[in-house]
Amino acid sequence: MKPLILSAYTATSCAGQGTQAMLETLRAQRTGLTPCPPEPFDLNTYVGIVPEVDAWPLPSHLDAFDCRNNRLALLGLFQDGFAERVRACAVRHGGTRVGVFMGTSTSGILETELAFATRDPQTGALPGDFRYAGAHNTFSVAAFVLRALGLAGPAVVISSACSSSGKVFASARRAIAAGLIDAAVVGGVDSLCLTTLHGFNSLQLVSRAPVRPFDAARDGISIGEAAAFALLERADATCDPGSILLLGTGESSDAHHMSAPHPQGRGASEAMRQALESSGLAPGQIDYINFHGTGTPSNDEAEALAVAAVLGPDVPGSSTKGATGHTLGAAGALEAVICALALREGFMPAGVNTTHVDPALRVNYLIENRRVPLKHVMSNSFGFGGSNCSLVFARGE
Amino acid sequence: MSSLVGYLEGVGLLGPGLSDWQRGAHLLTGETPWAPAPTVIPVLNCLPSAERRRTGTPVRIALTAGLEATANAGVDPAGLPAIFSSSGGDGQNLHEICAALASGERQLSPTRFHNSVHNAPSGYWGIATGATAASNALCAYDASFGAGLLEALTQVHVEQRAVLLVAYDTQYPEPLRGARPIPDAFAVALVLAPERRPATLARLEVRLGEAPADDMPEPGLEVVRQGIPAARCLPLLAQLARKRSGTVVLDYLSPWTLRVEVGPGL
Repeated sequence: MKPLILSAYTATSCAGQGTQAMLETLRAQRTGLTPCPPEPFDLNTYVGIVPEVDAWPLPSHLDAFDCRNNRLALLGLFQDGFAERVRACAVRHGGTRVGVFMGTSTSGILETELAFATRDPQTGALPGDFRYAGAHNTFSVAAFVLRALGLAGPAVVISSACSSSGKVFASARRAIAAGLIDAAVVGGVDSLCLTTLHGFNSLQLVSRAPVRPFDAARDGISIGEAAAFALLERADATCDPGSILLLGTGESSDAHHMSAPHPQGRGASEAMRQALESSGLAPGQIDYINFHGTGTPSNDEAEALAVAAVLGPDVPGSSTKGATGHTLGAAGALEAVICALALREGFMPAGVNTTHVDPALRVNYLIENRRVPLKHVMSNSFGFGGSNCSLVFARGE
Repeated sequence: MSSLVGYLEGVGLLGPGLSDWQRGAHLLTGETPWAPAPTVIPVLNCLPSAERRRTGTPVRIALTAGLEATANAGVDPAGLPAIFSSSGGDGQNLHEICAALASGERQLSPTRFHNSVHNAPSGYWGIATGATAASNALCAYDASFGAGLLEALTQVHVEQRAVLLVAYDTQYPEPLRGARPIPDAFAVALVLAPERRPATLARLEVRLGEAPADDMPEPGLEVVRQGIPAARCLPLLAQLARKRSGTVVLDYLSPWTLRVEVGPGL
């Protein structure tokens, strides 16, 4: 495939508001995870919460979209000058030629969960200010981003659980290649809600402690929230040395189980192979891999097998979910931005919280940051339903 | 803008008064009068019994339509990438989850939780058919059929391989039904290929436009078209059922609509 340039990118999570803050967190090998607040979530675990979200009301012309998820989206859009870069891009290409591809697993469902708790005791009716289209519906975050950025191109949400905002890069890449659009805002926004916290808990997949991916004592995930975005354009436009490029994408299905990975990582391997093939790279050319690395015993085991089979066991890698938590539908885009920072700054971020890498896993897992120039990095995102996505990013020559 | 082209090889259909594509086609042409009747939710024989018991309406209708389209096209479903698009996913399951979370106990069933993901039909499709290719799960509110069609045709164009598109919707129970009054379940499936082959039924060429979307002449079917986002495909299906070339306009993301030129299969 023809590479695309990430002409702007930004991320906001518990690891920091904007890329500079996140870079400082990663450099210091800190975690943003904190004990889960009792209200309204009520679960004994650690979460990656973005406390500033509630201080950011939506402007009145976007009232119809008001929900915590869209407030997080707006907070994210205004970091790193991202919104301004998109506006300049829309002037270059025309607003109808810039598409929006957003990943989310639950969009504004939190408001529906809370509305159910305040139903009319007589009639069962939802409160009068309940918003379906602008808040609850899965598409609301893409409709909101389109409106907030003043764009008028095609828009869609991809909601394939935890691979959602990896897959937006692949769909946007095809839409640009097919000539449907000239540029795309891609990203992921997911915010804490009761369904995911109590749902993962029902599957006994939530750790009581901050997540320790690939650790011998790993015992589940820590759920986080994030808003992460990138602006994708054809690389011939403005490709300076040091630009960050999307080089390859791979997507596959496990065809195995709804909530457990294929034990040998069959689908994960296939997604990584496709991503290499579409990049035109050999396995040995990947300098660093950002693992999906959720921190459940079976996920990390399957991914380790897949990575060893495709890239070999020596490729240095880490899961940054120890710093950010598992941000579910936003994880693919958040970790794409981390990969962009790793390429730009020349460093491999360590997997924090992990102290004793599981000796049963054949991986070269980094528990200390490493400063080294990087050319090519891979990022994995895998989700429920056996949905797999791998992305390859490069630093332009 | 440039247009997107795909060659249609098979259709699957399930909706109010519409039991499958073969019978539905006669109803959509008006040859046989359409009569309102609740959508009959099929039993899935393609899943192992343990999985079958866990599936809700969206999985049943989406997989049934997908299997009908691939059978009509004479293609092995295991070999196709798939795109699933839905406005709301599983309304009943969502209701049960929200009710459980509001109860104070907050005990969710693990099955309810894994069925709550928007890509549940995509996951069960892989388990049922063994399809390991890419599978997508889209949502664009009322534009979900159009968004799915654009994703399917960009895949056909860029990857130069056939794909399966399935668009489906189900209704919510109260109280969400009041906020999103989808009247019944509906699913449509299309197999789209990059070139003309013996199985080709029609050539589709799609571009963005702003002409108003076509409606359905039969008032009851127009209610279905307007009420169920996946049924916004009906003017296209009616044109296909007539087996004639022509242009139809389908709803997409306002102010956009999709102009679809339907050409002969041969």
